[in-house]
Amino acid sequence: MVEALFWPALLGYGEAALAYASTRTTRAATWGVRLGWLAQTALLAVQAARADGFPWAGWSASLDLFVWLIVGAYLIWGCRPRYRLLGLAVMPLAAALFVVARIGGAMHAHPNSGYGTAFLVLHVGLVLAAFAGFTLAAALAGLYLWEERRLKRRAADILRLRLPPLASLELLTRRTVAVSLPLLTLGLVAGFVRLREEHRGLDALEAVTLLTWAVYGGFVGLRPTGRRAAYLALGGFALVIVARLVLSARHFT
Amino acid sequence: MTALTLIGLSHHVAPVELRERVTLDAAAAAELARSLGDAVCLSTCNRTELYLAGADEEAAVAALEELAGESLGGVLYRLHEDEAALHLFRVAAGLDSLVPGEGEILGQVRDAYEAVTPGPVLDHVFRQALGVGKRVRTETAIGESPASVSSAAAALAAQVFGELRGRRVLLVGAGRIGELAAANLSSRGAQIAYVANRTEDAGRELAQRFGAEAVRLDELAAKLGEVDVVVCSTAAPEQILRAQDVPARRRTPLFFIDIAVPRDVDPEIAKLGGCFLYDIDDLEAVVAETLSGRRAEAERAEQLVDEEAERFRKWRASLDVVPAIASLRARAEEIRSAELAKVRVSEDERRTLESVTAQILNKLLHLPTVRMKEAAVSADGAVYADAVKHLFGLEED
Repeated sequence: MVEALFWPALLGYGEAALAYASTRTTRAATWGVRLGWLAQTALLAVQAARADGFPWAGWSASLDLFVWLIVGAYLIWGCRPRYRLLGLAVMPLAAALFVVARIGGAMHAHPNSGYGTAFLVLHVGLVLAAFAGFTLAAALAGLYLWEERRLKRRAADILRLRLPPLASLELLTRRTVAVSLPLLTLGLVAGFVRLREEHRGLDALEAVTLLTWAVYGGFVGLRPTGRRAAYLALGGFALVIVARLVLSARHFT
Repeated sequence: MTALTLIGLSHHVAPVELRERVTLDAAAAAELARSLGDAVCLSTCNRTELYLAGADEEAAVAALEELAGESLGGVLYRLHEDEAALHLFRVAAGLDSLVPGEGEILGQVRDAYEAVTPGPVLDHVFRQALGVGKRVRTETAIGESPASVSSAAAALAAQVFGELRGRRVLLVGAGRIGELAAANLSSRGAQIAYVANRTEDAGRELAQRFGAEAVRLDELAAKLGEVDVVVCSTAAPEQILRAQDVPARRRTPLFFIDIAVPRDVDPEIAKLGGCFLYDIDDLEAVVAETLSGRRAEAERAEQLVDEEAERFRKWRASLDVVPAIASLRARAEEIRSAELAKVRVSEDERRTLESVTAQILNKLLHLPTVRMKEAAVSADGAVYADAVKHLFGLEED
């Protein structure tokens, strides 16, 4: 069943990743995102129904959940035609991470991690939701930098290949970070409470996550504008990538 | 059947010296149309066209020649039936305009149509043309990009700031294109806050028109901190805004539109963080690019227009059989009423009989009606109509 749902989800995401390349296939791309996300939602629901406790505590399974959260966040407002290029950035990443999650064994049942379900939902769920938000914010920041560069260079096709205005991209980046940061804060607090109970120090992932929190905290607190804000959002995302793809395997074991 | 004819001239065939003589204002165009009978007169700066339904073609030509003061034999075009309709659809869609996809023409077609009371053929073709114009604008991106330097300047500002409502504009110089750019920004919600001009009277007059404050040229640098967009179009021989005039540590972008030749704005400003500068060459390049985009969309629009022209052709063909259908239905109704009149029944029973017989009649005539309309689209329409008239003895009608 899980296997049968993986392929439609991947097909949807893959089709969207390709179809966003052309203005004429934007609608097909949006439907690819929707159908793929529905298939992945069903896949996660089946996993949840079968599991004894929180099924996404492992490295690859949490990556699977991460992909679902990214696409879900993108679906909320990113599917509008003028955000087509955002889809072109987000959907290939989502499809690639989805494949990586599968190769890592995300579709198979994982042994119980030993932690309570409530803790895992709070900690893993919130941290991943925050990371998904930061991923979207980074894609928006990348789009901002590209559009700003085109405007600076006075590209003749600036109104033909039309992106959202700079002000909208900046505002959406700020809002996405502002929503994601409290989620990360709560997720970290839950993790630190458990850490204290276990009387152990920070591992590399936890240290990088803390640094990520500091970067985005600075983003919200200092309210940088323009290019500086975009670079800061991308810097924070680099830390998310390190945390999610480089250091998370050891953390989950 | 009433013939549809188009007689006119446009920018494709007539120079402006000739077009300006036959261009009419709305009231005069309506008056001319009424004087010709069932006609609509579409008169804009690029065209004067008379659409006639059965009206006298030669009278229309004579009216145009009288306006021109010369014979128009070489430039007038005459189109009939489907070709006239196709032409009108292309005009309403903006495909026959100087700038493909320009939106103003649709309003002009509507005004010309509403200024008179056209008969059924003109009414149908103009209503369909208005629908075609709307369809082309909603189903293609032909009208989305700006087609002039002034509208491109406003669109670029919107690309930086998004919503322009509340954004403040400094207008430097009272040049025509600068004023147009300011008007475009204003129409998008921006506020023209300051106007500066070398000739203070002209500056004050322009400021008054936009509800802005007139300032001197030596106050410009001080005002840069208070505005979001600067539009320059002076005839000054030297630069009037330099990089050092731009205040540092701005939190919002500053957008410069320099339409002047020689340029008013120091090109170094473009290198400053948060500053964007477009000069006349940049704006013209943007317009050229968007126009090429419009031409690509025009191909899609032509397909839509062709579809609509085909629909019109079918509608016109269906008119061939309409008299036969109407006669058939009238004859059937006459028989039904006559037979019912012979029956002596109560009022309730009569109502029931009326209802039942009317339903029988409708059901019986439905299929022949549909088949005749279908046949009308092909070449068999007249044959079917003749057959029905002969079979049901409708010739005498």
